[in-house]
Amino acid sequence: MALKIIVLIKQVPDIEKVRFDVETGRIDRSSAPAEINPFDLNALEAAVQIKEKVGGHIIGLSMGPPQAVSALKDAMARGADEAILLEDKMFAGADTWATSYTLAAAIKKIGVYDLILCGEKTVDGDTGQVGAEVAEQLNIPHVYYVSRIVDFNEKNITVVSEMDDASYTIEAAYPVLISVTKDVNKPRLPTLKDKLRAMKSEVKVWHASDLDGFVDLNCVGYFGSPTNVHKVVIPQERYRAGKIFRNLDEGLEDILNLLRDKRLI
Amino acid sequence: MEKSYKNKIFVLTEFRGEKFHPISFELLGKGKEIAEKLEGELCAIVMGNHVSRDSCNALIYYGAERVFLYDSQLFSEPNVINFKHNLVKLVQEEKPDIILIGATHFGRSLAPRVAAALKTGLTADCIDLEVDEKGELIQIRPAFTGNILAHIKTKTKPVMTTVRYKVMNVGKMDLERRGSIIVREAEEPIERNVKFVGKYGVRKLNIADAEVIVSGGRGLGSPEGFNLLKELADLLGGVVGSSRTPVDEGWIGKEHQVGFSGNTVKPKLYIACGISGSPQHLAGMKDSETIIAINVDPSAPIFKVADYGIVGDLYQIIPLMIKEIKARKVNKS
Repeated sequence: MALKIIVLIKQVPDIEKVRFDVETGRIDRSSAPAEINPFDLNALEAAVQIKEKVGGHIIGLSMGPPQAVSALKDAMARGADEAILLEDKMFAGADTWATSYTLAAAIKKIGVYDLILCGEKTVDGDTGQVGAEVAEQLNIPHVYYVSRIVDFNEKNITVVSEMDDASYTIEAAYPVLISVTKDVNKPRLPTLKDKLRAMKSEVKVWHASDLDGFVDLNCVGYFGSPTNVHKVVIPQERYRAGKIFRNLDEGLEDILNLLRDKRLI
Repeated sequence: MEKSYKNKIFVLTEFRGEKFHPISFELLGKGKEIAEKLEGELCAIVMGNHVSRDSCNALIYYGAERVFLYDSQLFSEPNVINFKHNLVKLVQEEKPDIILIGATHFGRSLAPRVAAALKTGLTADCIDLEVDEKGELIQIRPAFTGNILAHIKTKTKPVMTTVRYKVMNVGKMDLERRGSIIVREAEEPIERNVKFVGKYGVRKLNIADAEVIVSGGRGLGSPEGFNLLKELADLLGGVVGSSRTPVDEGWIGKEHQVGFSGNTVKPKLYIACGISGSPQHLAGMKDSETIIAINVDPSAPIFKVADYGIVGDLYQIIPLMIKEIKARKVNKS
């Protein structure tokens, strides 16, 4: 058996370094290097581990600007056999619905697949919506917040899903979409050899015209998006007393007073 | 004569085990506020197994005018497809203008599926909802790991939103309020579904509910450090939290983790011990009412969000705090 696995990948700015323009609320993308969304690395590692056990073919699929090719090359260094970037000016400015619509169209074009893996959310959008929206558009089930892949065979996969009240063990027949949390594994770093190999391999770029027959162009990008960002603001930091003590006794006195004011002691 | 409304607002409650998740009442609180501004009708949807009438009445006391009740075994597990199928059908019949869903793990798994099925927009994890002068809903949500707040508008109907737990206020309970409970038959979807084969680790600790959290980070140096934090937390009626490192190191369970990939918390008091304050950690706790930080490194970012900071060794400071608190408790009694 060999499983056909699609991993959804997004290129995001390094959230530790990225800066924002306080006046306009704009993101200064030049302030931080772009990388694969950290949660997607767990999805990719899960795909690689499954392939190592039972064999398979991994496709990294992303939608983004031309420079997102570098994220997909990185994905290939980390184990993807094939990579596809959906890139077109028409796709730009998409919200989660339009993004999932476009990704689902590409997956329909890919045709045969067993498993779609994605990360719990992205560090820039923070929505965690695209996975389930893709699954609904493809009319396949999804399992979210997967912290452990328990077992898999040629017909189905068993995972642990972290819900609010408990952990649930869920068995799903293929095709299914699985969204993983950071707990599912520890992504390996690619070796230099992997990186060199990936540099030479090709990322396929599909434009809107390549999705002909799978997509209604009124439903993609900014104009196809049901939601729009109306305004962006940098949150006002809460006022903090900001009293820093280097002298223990003095600090302790203040803190004990605070605890008393809050009726905690 | 029947009252006529200009709008219809749906709130999806979460019924688990034998009671409603508190987010249900928070959604009703916000839903009522929006309904009043838009001259709308507020409806609560209940999908659960063995739901009592009394618990549905509570939804009316908190503002629902109609309660749609689905009581079926189909909802005994958080099986998204069963919920989606019935919710989508109800929405197609009732045509609400706005649907509010809790941004719990369950809600965040269900809502996108419903939105995609209805071909409508969904805004994730909102921390506030406002009605503008045009009568349109402005959905306010953090993005970029909490670094920005986006104001989102939806062009399609219904406007769908998931709302973060513990940010909306529960409205006033009014035992005089009357409303109707409409019992609906649950339908089993024919589409392919997953199978729930086991349930374990029923969570006792919900750190997001705690009023006081004493959290430890890398600076603890060892798992034993949490015993000290537990002692302090117990004295203050609180619970123990953690940054990512101790969880990754296996010092403490994931349910204790505070931060972007753990729990978002907003307690009355947050005490960060040996936590430097990565953006991911700060995103999960910076809205706490009061923050105390203890760290040996004066340049640790955690001090930037702290109300009170002590630069020093937590193993000196916390035992002293414990001693002083105990002494005061003795004096009091």
